[in-house]
Amino acid sequence: MAEHAVYTPKSITDLIAEEERFTPGHRACIGCGEALAVRLTCKALGNNVIIVNATGCMEIVSSQLPYTSWTVPWIHTLFENTAAVASGIEAGLKILTKKGRRLLPDVKVVAMAGDGGTSGIGIQALSGALERGHNFIYICFDNEAYMNTGIQRSSATPYGASTTTSPAGKVSIGQITWKKNMPAIAVAHDIPYVATACPTYPFDLMTKVSKAVATNGPSYLHILSVCPTGWRCPTELTIEIGRLAVQTGIFPLYEVENGKYKLSLDLLKLRPVTDYLKLQGRFRHLSEDVINEIQQRVNEEYAKLKEKVDGKSLA
Amino acid sequence: MATKTGIEVSIALSEAVRLANADVVAAYPITPQTHIVEHLAELVADGELDAAYIPVESEHSAMSACLGSAAAGARTFTATAGQGLELMHEVLYVASSMRLPIVMAVANRALSAPLSVWGDHSDVMAVRDTGWIQIFTENGQEVVDNVLCAFRIAEDRRVLLPVMIHLDGFHLSHMIEPITFPEQNKVDQFLPPNDYPLPLDPNRPVTMGDFGPPFIYSETKWAQEVNLKAAKEVVLQVWNEFGDAFGRHYSPVEGYRYEGCRVLLLTMGSFSETAMTAIDKMRSEGKDVGLMRLRLWRPFPFDEIRHTVKDAEVLIVLDRALSFGGPGGPVCSEIKAALYQVDKKPKIVSFVGGLGGRDISVAGFEDIVNRGIEISETGSSREFEIFGVRE
Repeated sequence: MAEHAVYTPKSITDLIAEEERFTPGHRACIGCGEALAVRLTCKALGNNVIIVNATGCMEIVSSQLPYTSWTVPWIHTLFENTAAVASGIEAGLKILTKKGRRLLPDVKVVAMAGDGGTSGIGIQALSGALERGHNFIYICFDNEAYMNTGIQRSSATPYGASTTTSPAGKVSIGQITWKKNMPAIAVAHDIPYVATACPTYPFDLMTKVSKAVATNGPSYLHILSVCPTGWRCPTELTIEIGRLAVQTGIFPLYEVENGKYKLSLDLLKLRPVTDYLKLQGRFRHLSEDVINEIQQRVNEEYAKLKEKVDGKSLA
Repeated sequence: MATKTGIEVSIALSEAVRLANADVVAAYPITPQTHIVEHLAELVADGELDAAYIPVESEHSAMSACLGSAAAGARTFTATAGQGLELMHEVLYVASSMRLPIVMAVANRALSAPLSVWGDHSDVMAVRDTGWIQIFTENGQEVVDNVLCAFRIAEDRRVLLPVMIHLDGFHLSHMIEPITFPEQNKVDQFLPPNDYPLPLDPNRPVTMGDFGPPFIYSETKWAQEVNLKAAKEVVLQVWNEFGDAFGRHYSPVEGYRYEGCRVLLLTMGSFSETAMTAIDKMRSEGKDVGLMRLRLWRPFPFDEIRHTVKDAEVLIVLDRALSFGGPGGPVCSEIKAALYQVDKKPKIVSFVGGLGGRDISVAGFEDIVNRGIEISETGSSREFEIFGVRE
């Protein structure tokens, strides 16, 4: 029953710490799954970090002059360059420590961005930083669209979702492309640690963040962040929808350590995707045919993932 | 003893970065900047420069990595040219607005299309308003000296702004010139280690790069303007100290045989050396003409310009960039603006030349001066002329 770790702390000492590093008083929407994910992430990161935040929801809600929600060092510069800024900080601290000018040998640089900032506009800088092997963590908080600017589609928006730039219409089902597989792209860079997580499973999320902190070299975390505002769902369903994303196999929880895939939660049976889709206004318009298409795709993708876990498929 | 060496200017520039003991170099290769970043990579590979070399995947990431490195408190250098500078564009504003003391050499290059790897000042002029301190250089010695001064200026606590050192692509970057390198111990005295006041540090957390709503944005920009203008005093002070220590003196506007002249020619960058030869020739022929070279592009040296032209009747400005559909030369526009309120001012004639690496010879400068005098007397239906263009 190793899967207990997904639901519970490994020991009493692993209970969630009270200390907040992403503090209350920020301006995120009610029910924001991303704010919860960031909060849990920060609890697991500890204090010996420097956070580099891309432009996006979390930057906007946490840093309005003259206030800040951050108790750890935090820097925002632009949208697409987060991984590059992280590269500069990591390299700078390393050389200054080597030269004896600043002694910060164990500080972890953590880049945070949304799905647009990661799989869209920021993918070049991310690829460069992963390839160069900087010792840093990159975390994509994926709410499946450009939420900060008003729910425009990104390359991480799921098939069939209605957004403001992929609206469902008389002749359109909404988003007509399948979600870009960012974790697979990260894995393709041969980095030591890649994992998916969701704040519905806080202990799993925090364990993965801790593993990333302990990793020497680049690590990539992809965290599904339910967005009631953009997904058109009741704000009290954030946790439940996250659970359904996992239980339907739409967003499987897994890790890839040194190229080896491992499911965090091996589902014997997937719940039907309708359980997940029907709670969200962004999918309300979907016909049975399209839902069947999505179901088939999810089945195939989950099977492919299982093959990777079983070692039958290479990456 | 400092000795004179024959060396390519790009290599000499990199040696100046070594003398400055830079901590981080983040760079992406682009002609004609390549020799600079190649030599820096060699210096790091040979252990002669103890620096982190980040071979980034674009210029956008080069400047972004520089933001991070400077925010971490490291002495930070990069170099680029032309398209690379344009790709950095939005990041340049962040560097100055967040007061990150980065030094960048720009091997000035024309902009596409058509593709041109050769020199002009189109790239410089497109980043005019980014809030960087910008210095033009004329020869290799000036490049070396001003790279050292740039770190001192940028990292001064009264400044904390990024500095661009402009050198003309190929015409200067690829020349082999006799250069005197300052001795390391004297450089160390002149340039103490970077001591950035509030670097990113878990022991002393700071929030950097907040977002500014309308109620505070104007104030942040005004603070930036005050900061950049006040930086001029520090630039002058650093140049003076450099002159005292190393015997070579620099100032925002430098005249050459200009005092009392009726006609003045204004140039920037490496063209000034050819222009000086032309001035010598014309003076020997009895012509009443002198030269002024603009060294400090930002902050703009209003007072020095007004002072230098106070006796002139004609001022001919040669730009190496074009403001399409506008007044022609960007530098000339600013000179005109600086002199508009002055009671006694020269007639100002705008020339654009040397675009995309086209050379202007000594005879060419004579033609420009003669044509400029003619326009000043007869007037012209055009805002500006492109020297030597086939229409």
